[in-house]
Amino acid sequence: METRVATVKMRNITKTFGSVVANDKVWLDIYKGEILALLGENGSGKTTLMNMLSGIYFPDEGDIFINDEKVVIRSPKDAFDHGIGMIHQHFKLVDVLTAAENIILGLEGKLDIKAASAKIREICDAYGFEVDPNQKIYDMSVSQKQTVEIVKVLFRGADILILDEPTAVLTPQETDKLFAVLRNMRDAGKAIVIITHKMHEVEDLSDRVAVLRQGHFVGDMPTKETDAQEMTNMMVGHAVTLNINRPEPVDPKPRIEVSGLTVRSIDGILKLQDVSFTAMSGEILGIAGISGSGQKELLEAIAGLQPVEGGSICYIEDDGTRDELLGKDPLRIAEKGITLSFVPEDRLGMGLVGGMDLSDNMMLRSFRKGKSIFTDRKGPRNLAKRVVEDLSVKTPSIETPVRKLSGSNVQKVLVGREIASAPKVLLTAYAVRGLDINSSHTIYDLINQQKQNGVAVIYVGEDLDVLLELCDRILVLCAGKVSGIVPGRGAKKRDLGMMMTRLGGNSNV
Amino acid sequence: MFKKKEPLFHIVKRGEMPWYFSWGVRAAGIVLALLCCALISTLVTSENPIGIFATIIDGSFGSGRKFMTLLQNTSMLLCIALALTPAFKMRFWNIGGEGQALAGALASAACMILMKNQPNAVVISCMIVTSLAAGALWGAVPAFFKAKFGTNETLFTLMMNYVAIQLVAYFSVVWENPRGSGNIGVINPNSHIGWFPEILGSKYALNIIIVALVTVGMYIYLNYTKHGYEISVVGESERTARYIGIKVDRVIIRTMVLSGAICGLAGLLLVGGTNHTLNAAIVDGRGFTAVMVSWLGKFNPIWMILTSFLLVFLGRGAGEIATDFGLNASYGDILTGIILFFIIGCEFFINYKLSLTKVSRKEEK
Repeated sequence: METRVATVKMRNITKTFGSVVANDKVWLDIYKGEILALLGENGSGKTTLMNMLSGIYFPDEGDIFINDEKVVIRSPKDAFDHGIGMIHQHFKLVDVLTAAENIILGLEGKLDIKAASAKIREICDAYGFEVDPNQKIYDMSVSQKQTVEIVKVLFRGADILILDEPTAVLTPQETDKLFAVLRNMRDAGKAIVIITHKMHEVEDLSDRVAVLRQGHFVGDMPTKETDAQEMTNMMVGHAVTLNINRPEPVDPKPRIEVSGLTVRSIDGILKLQDVSFTAMSGEILGIAGISGSGQKELLEAIAGLQPVEGGSICYIEDDGTRDELLGKDPLRIAEKGITLSFVPEDRLGMGLVGGMDLSDNMMLRSFRKGKSIFTDRKGPRNLAKRVVEDLSVKTPSIETPVRKLSGSNVQKVLVGREIASAPKVLLTAYAVRGLDINSSHTIYDLINQQKQNGVAVIYVGEDLDVLLELCDRILVLCAGKVSGIVPGRGAKKRDLGMMMTRLGGNSNV
Repeated sequence: MFKKKEPLFHIVKRGEMPWYFSWGVRAAGIVLALLCCALISTLVTSENPIGIFATIIDGSFGSGRKFMTLLQNTSMLLCIALALTPAFKMRFWNIGGEGQALAGALASAACMILMKNQPNAVVISCMIVTSLAAGALWGAVPAFFKAKFGTNETLFTLMMNYVAIQLVAYFSVVWENPRGSGNIGVINPNSHIGWFPEILGSKYALNIIIVALVTVGMYIYLNYTKHGYEISVVGESERTARYIGIKVDRVIIRTMVLSGAICGLAGLLLVGGTNHTLNAAIVDGRGFTAVMVSWLGKFNPIWMILTSFLLVFLGRGAGEIATDFGLNASYGDILTGIILFFIIGCEFFINYKLSLTKVSRKEEK
């Protein structure tokens, strides 16, 4: 192994965005016949680095060598010419075209779908993909679309593949399938880079790991010689614990009763169908499901933001009084005296105003108070100071626009504000998405605190491991229907995965 | 094999810059603009450049009358820019300032003509009410359609300009004086019914004071009131606004009523305060120039005083060069164009820098 030569060498790569240094003199080697896991917390510069390799960005400084030859990659096309292909987190496919049409889109030369289809089949057979070249993209599942993206890259002759968080949208079963294919490609001599921050995937799949922290290259090593704890410590820069606390529920009483909820999107697509469940006070109810299974619609319906076709959502007070929430907008719900906090998935697009500073963002919830036509800024400012202090938000000052904060600090500001109103119900959507391990634990602690204060927490999550460790009960959505509700203690990840893909799961496995 | 040349330079976004940096760049832009104008003017007129600068300054400060005209034009431009600003902050691209101001002007002129036998106080009160209402209506119509049906406000407000222009053209004939001229001429030249009083010995002083008050008022409205806060939230993110229970439709319509009404006020001041007549050119393109004033002033009413002053000053200087050196009026437009090119070009250099590609050192392992 000592004689092998890196097919890609990145040397002293620096990239800045304004005052933010995304990559600082990064060195990275990529070898053929090897799967490299690129690790790092969010904002550590993994995606930026790979974007420079695939021609999306151009480095400010530094050189890229491919097979020992210095190259300049100015566009994705240049990257393809060098055999580099990247599969992005968000797919870039034309919905109304077929797989084959998408794959040859943009290629020069004569259009020959038949020959292309034959070549696609050949690629599929070689590595174990399942793609029907004539299937339209809009008929495909997320994992099929991803497969098309990978085939597209291979079709163009890529032998260096970069995958940016490919498993974020996949079920455990689909992930296994993807990994099998990636291993086949490695064995066929391709160089593969996978960006992820799921530890068990790294251990499962990769041959070597490289760790970035805050734009710096921290180190690389063979996966066999390390473990999750060491990699996490390298990513974070100091030792961390990986266990999530789960206190017993406190005096659970029904708080939100959803029955027969049906939601259609504007295009008439059924997003939720006959969903019924009860969320209890003092308990965390997890919601699992493949992304886009109706999680967003469910939370927004409870928060009064989503028009609903049928069913009911009842808020139940401690004394048993019931209030129908359907048909009320957020303002009317608040006027009823129901304190319902909502941490939406889209933090800067929905929960906060990116261009406003911390204290103005705190004011979003409270600015209507009082009869004066003028806003009261003192209260929000104090709240902002308190949140910054209590949750150790890293910010130059409370006058900084929240857009300038890092993802985890943005999330702390949002959660801090939502919790400040002493809610009875707390809805969270992907509360730790994109957060590093430390910040994630801060958020888990905050959520647990709320639970112990008797709040009914509804926690929509994507990481099954976290759901299994944090939640008291887990509701699994499958294509807008309730596939089942299982107790969080003792549930099996495989079963959840089954329930996510098939209503009720498969009981004989 | 695939030899590609390294790009000579690439564009890099700048980080946060201190305020004096950005204003330094802008000042440099203005100096360069003036130098460029002087150079071109020298080539065209073979006058020395100092003389040309003197002419530019002379255009605005040459006499007491010129100076008051400068202030009056600044205040009118500023008034319309102030009107557009709340809409812009809401990301509602109101480019119908011209039409909204014309609607206000038309309403004032109608009051003056149709009520010429009424007491002055009654006429002026009616002018105020109707012109603000007319401007507000002109603003509210596109806002209503945007709020209810999601129509594109840019096109809609733009088209409303032409409706206003055609209406004014029509009434210019209906109310023509003298007969056959196709113009309205000075309204009530003897009775001065509907004319605003002169104060401080100038017919411009009242306008300037009113606009100053509107400036302060708008600053407070945008920065310290709940309405102003709602406008900012809606502008930044409609989804956030809905999430916290702001009625987005209502805010859009309310803000455009205000925006239109202040444009109507500008029309009122032009007709009642200074011109005492009405024609389709009375707003003189300020509805469009105001867009730039508002943007260059970063939607801050206080900065907008500066930007409107600057644009009027440069425009009048360019006009003065054209007349002094016997060039036609288009030459003034050319100079104004050059100046605007530099001023707007500055914003690029404030936000981005060009960084030359460093010669990379060969580094082999």
